[in-house]
Amino acid sequence: MNRPSSQPANATRVAPPLEGPRVYPARPSDVYLFGTCVLDVFFPSAGMDAIRLLEREGIRVHFPQAQSCCGQPAYTSGYTEEARAVARAQLALFAGEWPLVVPSGSCAGMFRHHYRELFRDEPETLALVEALAERTFELAEFLLEVCKVRLEDGGAPVKVALHTSCSARREMGTHLHGRALLAQLSGVERVDHDHESECCGFGGSFSVRMPDISGAMVRDKAAALKGSGAAEVVSADCGCLLNINGCLEKQGDALRGEHLASFLLRRTSAASRGGAK
Amino acid sequence: MNAKERILGKLRGSLQGTTPIVDDYDIELLNEPWRYPPAERVARLRQMLGAVHGESQLSSTTGWPMQVIEALAQRNIGELLIAPTTPHGQQFADFVARTGAPLRLKAYDRPVEEWKDELFFRTPASLTGTLGGIAATGSLVLWPTPQEPRLMSLVPPLHMALLKASEVLDNLYQFMHAHRWADGMPTNALLVSGPSKTADIQQTLAYGAHGPKELLVLILEDA
Amino acid sequence: MSDVAHAPAQPIAFKRNAREALADPQLRRNFRGAMDFLMDKRRSQFPDGDELERLRAFGNRVRARALSKLPELLERLDARLSRNGVKVHWAETVDEANAIVHRIVEQHAAKKIIKGKSMVSEEMEMNHYLGDRGVDCLESDMGEFIVQLRAEKPAHIIMPAIHLNAGQVAQLFHDKLEVDYTEDVDRLIQIGRETLRRNFFEADIGVSGVNFAIAETGTLLLVENEGNGRMSTTVPPVHIAVTGIEKVVENLRDVIPLLSLLTRSATGQAITTYVNMISGPRKADELDGPQEVHLVLLDNGRSQAFADGELRQTLNCIRCGACMNHCPVYTRIGGHAYGTVYPGPIGKIVTPHMLGLDATRDLPTASSMCGACGEVCPVKIPIPSLLRRLREEAVRAPAAAPQHVRGQGAKYSRKETMVWKAWRTLNTSPALYRAALYAGTRLRALMPAHIGPWTDHRSAPKPAARTLHELAREHLGDQ
Ligand code: SF4
Repeated sequence: MNRPSSQPANATRVAPPLEGPRVYPARPSDVYLFGTCVLDVFFPSAGMDAIRLLEREGIRVHFPQAQSCCGQPAYTSGYTEEARAVARAQLALFAGEWPLVVPSGSCAGMFRHHYRELFRDEPETLALVEALAERTFELAEFLLEVCKVRLEDGGAPVKVALHTSCSARREMGTHLHGRALLAQLSGVERVDHDHESECCGFGGSFSVRMPDISGAMVRDKAAALKGSGAAEVVSADCGCLLNINGCLEKQGDALRGEHLASFLLRRTSAASRGGAK
Repeated sequence: MNAKERILGKLRGSLQGTTPIVDDYDIELLNEPWRYPPAERVARLRQMLGAVHGESQLSSTTGWPMQVIEALAQRNIGELLIAPTTPHGQQFADFVARTGAPLRLKAYDRPVEEWKDELFFRTPASLTGTLGGIAATGSLVLWPTPQEPRLMSLVPPLHMALLKASEVLDNLYQFMHAHRWADGMPTNALLVSGPSKTADIQQTLAYGAHGPKELLVLILEDA
Repeated sequence: MSDVAHAPAQPIAFKRNAREALADPQLRRNFRGAMDFLMDKRRSQFPDGDELERLRAFGNRVRARALSKLPELLERLDARLSRNGVKVHWAETVDEANAIVHRIVEQHAAKKIIKGKSMVSEEMEMNHYLGDRGVDCLESDMGEFIVQLRAEKPAHIIMPAIHLNAGQVAQLFHDKLEVDYTEDVDRLIQIGRETLRRNFFEADIGVSGVNFAIAETGTLLLVENEGNGRMSTTVPPVHIAVTGIEKVVENLRDVIPLLSLLTRSATGQAITTYVNMISGPRKADELDGPQEVHLVLLDNGRSQAFADGELRQTLNCIRCGACMNHCPVYTRIGGHAYGTVYPGPIGKIVTPHMLGLDATRDLPTASSMCGACGEVCPVKIPIPSLLRRLREEAVRAPAAAPQHVRGQGAKYSRKETMVWKAWRTLNTSPALYRAALYAGTRLRALMPAHIGPWTDHRSAPKPAARTLHELAREHLGDQ
C-alpha cells in the first residue's frame, strides 16, 4: 500500500501521503451491496434493512448472488494466498461502475485499503482494485455523504450508545458518520460510554486464539455500555455486535446491540418494522 | 571479516537496487507554528519554564548580581559556585568584593576528580551563563566550556543561570541555524528546561530527582 | 499482584502470563490508571490535529531516509565519532556486545558501573552478564532503580516501574533500603536521590543508551528528565553508550522533528528537562566529562528486519512507548506478561527479529488488530500490517523459500492450513458457499451452546433462520 509501484520490493517504504477529505459523487441510480459473511449468517435482517434504506432513497440495489466473503479472516490470520483468491472472486462481481456499499466498516476497509496491498504485485488487477476502492463506501458514510439523507425520527425519546469497530473508525471514519446520522434523529440522545474508542476485543480469530484477553476486553466494553445510561446500543459492524451481544447475553443482561441500518430504519419508518424479519 | 564489515555487508545487500530517499526537509512545519513576536519571546519562555517549575526573574546587566545575592539569602545559602574567568563570573566576584556581601565564592578551577566530594555534597548552589534560550519550549541552551564545566549546571541543588533576552530565539530550528551547529558541536551541548524531575512513582511528579532541585533563570532584558 | 518477584516471564509462555496478569486486579487498576494518564498527556500536546499529522509524516520520512542510506550513515557516524575521539565498536549479537563492554571494564579494572536508562543494555542483559563477572551494575533512573531492587524487568520502556503504586514502592524502600515507611512520593524520590548520589561519583564507568546518533556531526543525543543520564555520562571517567544500529539519523537538524515527536508522544512533554548532546570525551583543557567515550553499535536481529522492505519499517521506531500506552491488550496485561524487553505493540513486531518467531510465536497473534498503535505511532510504523505480515511468516511452511524471519513456520500446522484451503474453496465457489450457509442456518438448532473458548465469556452466536443471500434473492430477484 505504501510503495510506489515503480520501486523495487526491497526499497525503503515511506508512509502514504496524507489523504485529504474524501470527495463524494452525486447520488447514483444503482449500487452494489456487499453483504459480508458474518451479516449473511447472523444478521441478515440488517442487510435487508440496509437494502430498504437505500431503496427508500430511490436507488436500485444489486446483490450479486455469487458473493461470499471479502477475504479478511484469512488475511488477518496470515493466510495471504487464500485471502487473495477469495478477494479475486469478489473483485470480479463488482466490476461495473456502480458504487459498492458495505454495511460493515471493516469489510469496507478491506476493499478500500487492504486489497491494494494484496494485489500490489499485479499491476492489472491493481487497476481494478484502485477503481473499486474509489467507489467503495461504508453504509453510514454512503447514506450521509452520497445520499445526503434527511432522517425523520418517528420513535420515542431514547438514549443510545454507539460502538464503532476499530477498523471502521480508523479506515473509514464510520464513528463520525454514525454520530451524524444519529444526530438527525430528534428523539435520540447519543450518550458516550467509557473508553468509547477502545476495541471491544473481537478481532476475528483473536477472540478464540487469545480468549482470556479478548474476554477481558469485551467484558469491559459491556460494562461501559451498561454504565452509559443508554437504553439501546447501536453499531455498524456485525463482528463487534456478535461479540458484545454474546457477552451481554452470557451475563444475563437484557441490553443488546443492534445494527445501525436496522435501528435507522426502525426509527424512521414504522411501516417497515419487522418487514425484513 | 569483522563485525562491522559483516553488518555493513548485510545492510548493503538488503538495499541493492534501491535509491536513497531524498531530503525534503519541511522547515516551515518546524518553524511557523513556533514563532513569536520579538516582544513576546521572553514571556513565552518564562511561561513554558514556569509550567515545569522553572523560576525566572527579569533583570538587567547591572542589576542581576544583587538578585543572585537576594535569592541565596532567601534560601539561607552562604556559598556559591562560580566560573571566575568568565565575564559574568568576574562581574559577580567584583560585586561581592565591592559590596562585602557575606557570601563564600567557590571557583570550579580544577579537574572534578580533585574535589568531587565537595562538589557533590557541599556545594549548594551554582551560577552559570547560557548560550541563549528557546521560547517555544522554555529551554536554556548551554555549551559548557573549560571555564564553565558541565557539572556546574547539574550537581548543585540550586542552579542559577543568566540569560540574555536578545539571545532568546523562537525555536530549536532557528537556534541551530543561527548558531551554525551543523558546522561543529562542542564535546557537550545541553538544552535545559526546568529543574530535574521524575514521575516514575505512580505518575506523581517530583522535582529534584538527580539534578538541581531548583532552576532560577535571570533574564537580562538589556543584553 | 504478588509482591514477591519471581523468575522473569518468558515470551513463549505468553498466554499463561497473560492469564495470570488478567487475574490480578491491582495490576489491572495500576495499568489502566497509568495508561489513561499517559494518553491524556499526549493528547494535550497535540491540540492541532493537522500539525500532528504533518509532523508524523515528516518524522516517518526522516526515519525512512536514514534507513534508505543506513550503511553509509553508519560509516559516516563511525568516522565522525572517531575523529571526535569516541571509540566505536560493532556487535552482531548481544554476546559480542557484552564481551566488548567487558573488555573495556577489564582495561580499567572497573568494579562499579552506574547506568542511565538503556533498553539496549536490557536486550544485552548487561547487568546479569557483568554481575556474573564480579562487576556491579547499578541502575540510576528512578524507575529502573526500583525495578532492579525488585529483581524485575522494566514493565514499560519509558516508565519502567509503571506497574507499581506508591505504596508498593514505599514497602520496597522500607524493606531494601531500611528507611522509614512513607508513601510520600517527594520523600521517596529524595531517598532514591540520596542513595544514588554517592554511586555516581564512586562509579568507574557510566553506561547509557542513545536516543539519536547524528552522522553529520558525530553526536549522541540523549533525552531525560531526572539528570541521571547526564550524571552517568559526565561523572565517571569512562562512558559507554550502547545502541541499536538503526538509531542513526543523517543530519543534526533531523533530530528536531523526531525530538518533538518523541517527548510529546511519550510523556506529553513539550521537551524533556534535559537534552544531552555528546560529541566527544573531555578535552585536555576541560575540567570534567569522561576521559573516554565508547559507542557500541548492536545489530541483534535488526539487519534481519532491515532485509525486507516491509519489515524494515520496524526500525523507524524511536521508542516513545505511545503504542503501548494506547494498546488495549497492554493496558490489560501490563508489560511483564510479554516476557520480552520491549513489551506492547513495538515488542510484538521487533522481538521476533531478536529472538526468532519460534520463541515469540504467540506475540503477533496477541492483537485484535484494532489499530490504536499505528494511529499514534509518531513515525507512522504500520504496526497492524507488520503484525499481519509476521502472522504470515509464522504460518508459512517452515522450509518454504525465501526465509524472511528466523523461526518461520513456528505456528505452521497442516490441519490449520487445510482448514484455510477449504475456506478458500468454499468462498470461491458460490454454489458451495450458498449451500453451506443454507445448511448452517437450517441446522441452527444444532448449534452447540459451547463452542471452544468463545463461550467462556459469551453465549454462542445463533445463525439466523435464513441467509441474506436468500432474503435478497426473494426481494431483488436472482442477480
Ligand atoms: S512503534 Fe511507534 S509508537 Fe511504538 S514505541 Fe516505536 S515509535 Fe513509539
